[in-house]
Amino acid sequence: MTIAGAPAVSTTAGRPLLGGRRLPLDWIGTVPFLAYVAVFLFLPTVIVLGGSVFDANGSLTLVNFSHLSRVYIVKATIQTIGLSAFTAVVGAILGALVAYAIAVGNPQGLLRRLTLSVSGVLAQFGGVTLAFAFIATIGPAGFVYLWLAQHHADIYARSTWLFELPGLALVYLYFQIPLMVLVFLPALDGIKPQWREATESLGGGTWHYWRYVAGPLLAPAFLGATLLLFANSFSAYATANALINQGQPVISQQINGALSGEVGSFEPGFAKAIAVEMVIIVTLVTVLYSLLQRRTSRWLQ
Amino acid sequence: MNVGSLSRRLGLAVVAVFVVAACGSSSNNTSASCSESTAKTATSAAACGGMDALVTAAKAEGKLNIIATPPDWANYGEAINGFKAKYGIDITSDNPNGSSQDEINAVTQLGTSSRAPDVLDMGKAVTLANVALYAPYKVATWGDILDSQKEPTGLWWQDYGGYMSIGYDSSKVPAITSVDDLLKPEFKGKVALNGNPKQANAALNGVMMASLAEGGTPDDISKGVDFFKRLKQAGNFIPVQATTATVKNGTTPVVFDWDYLSSSHGTDVPTWKIFEQSNAILGDYYNQAINKNAPHPAAARLWEEYLYSDTGQNDWLRGKARPVRMAAMIKAGTIDKTAAAALPAVNGTPVFLTDSQASNAKNFLTAHWDAAIS
Repeated sequence: MTIAGAPAVSTTAGRPLLGGRRLPLDWIGTVPFLAYVAVFLFLPTVIVLGGSVFDANGSLTLVNFSHLSRVYIVKATIQTIGLSAFTAVVGAILGALVAYAIAVGNPQGLLRRLTLSVSGVLAQFGGVTLAFAFIATIGPAGFVYLWLAQHHADIYARSTWLFELPGLALVYLYFQIPLMVLVFLPALDGIKPQWREATESLGGGTWHYWRYVAGPLLAPAFLGATLLLFANSFSAYATANALINQGQPVISQQINGALSGEVGSFEPGFAKAIAVEMVIIVTLVTVLYSLLQRRTSRWLQ
Repeated sequence: MNVGSLSRRLGLAVVAVFVVAACGSSSNNTSASCSESTAKTATSAAACGGMDALVTAAKAEGKLNIIATPPDWANYGEAINGFKAKYGIDITSDNPNGSSQDEINAVTQLGTSSRAPDVLDMGKAVTLANVALYAPYKVATWGDILDSQKEPTGLWWQDYGGYMSIGYDSSKVPAITSVDDLLKPEFKGKVALNGNPKQANAALNGVMMASLAEGGTPDDISKGVDFFKRLKQAGNFIPVQATTATVKNGTTPVVFDWDYLSSSHGTDVPTWKIFEQSNAILGDYYNQAINKNAPHPAAARLWEEYLYSDTGQNDWLRGKARPVRMAAMIKAGTIDKTAAAALPAVNGTPVFLTDSQASNAKNFLTAHWDAAIS
């Protein structure tokens, strides 16, 4: 651009400016996107950041952040990170296996099309509807549970774990696995059969292929997708709230707890401080994700 | 402000004083009129020139804005239709499923606009937190409302309420005869609250009811928290929020909730029963207030007169809510006896939380609830 443009200006001194040196207009196409990001990402972030450093009287303070050390907030943070990590890893492994099964199958086959459509729907299935779907089937009054209980398989013999963290993990996996299928399949499709043939022609077996070729090639995509699943689970709110209404074990529920209520518990500054904590954790994860993503795309070009 | 506008305002003020004086002097005259500025500040029907003058002024306004009052909530639908039919005044019912805080937000955001709500119906905490937004008014039947149930100058006054209860599906669990029964193995994975007690008033009062039943006092909710901790350890408490859906499908066959809300589950679950323990009768009422910037000040006041007439009170009663004048109406024999008999029986002295007791309970729950049940 500059190389081509610089001589144009010097040789066309007498002509109207616009005819010679055109303003680059390529960026106009990104205006709607940038405006969207500004209004729905940057503006809320600034509001949250700004609000977190004021107390109820409107004076500057860091006391909201010191409240983050409250026992129940620390506990919710640890639980949420643990839950997100667990569902991310399990979801990533199971999702990757499903994706691999599709990738090696017929590219035009019914199985592939069906699995992809179903994954597309289920990856977006969440909130109250998902929680209630589980309550109505395997909940303590659900028809699946009642059938199991009649057949001497009482899954709640020790505790009603559906309404505890294990239950939450199970419900989260319901959208984590399909999401993994969707984000990991392109990486698997990028693996060329020729690489395997090349390995074999050089005398390598299946172990060598996975250990030295496909494994290192897929690892960044796999880890990147795992981090995406982590962030997905970390930011979930409605599903958890519909399933576990008491105790607010998930950090996003604690924001709600500090923010709204009929009985007057209202700490908007503190709520924003919790939000900042979540923003920082997710930012770390996203930075890791984009670093890995960059490496993957270099390999798969 | 410049001198011109100041003098204009002074002029208006002088006119207003004359109008008030005129209204005041003619209060015995049945054909008196009630101007808009008088209606805005009238603290009773008499101050507006009597009931007839108020009706005339309200009809001239022709409209009334109400908010967060669904027709099936405490039978508001019947009151709305009755008022429309009697006075020919059109009612705009905004945001029917809104919360008390939504009502206050509408008042502050709409200001003096003609769409602003005229009257409010709110829970206790929100009512007390926003008294600067109300116009004082006393309905004709003000004397029937106990002093503990109204603000002395008429900024707010209670309208209807009920008692905390344990509702249960008698086909799924044995009959409940005391709060302690819930700790038995038959109630495993069956007991729920209506919301999170750190946030929802109904749930906070559920914990308080358990506390009273366990020997606690209105000043001390800790015994209730302890009860739910034991309930949780026994595996009987489930942390899902009880809703019409969870009651209907049987996930929450035992629910702490207000009796007038719990009674409505009988429609879906015919075997639904209500239990209230005599040493733990905990009551709570909603409150009425008039927006001080009400766009239809006379209609707002006439609506309150209608709600607090025998007709309006019986409308609420048929919605299973206990109207605030209930005791007086039983004495006077004007109560709808069939509707009164349909309410769950209460044997015991009701306890009502004061503002500071509710606030102490909330603070205790904020600090201890999550730890107790997770």
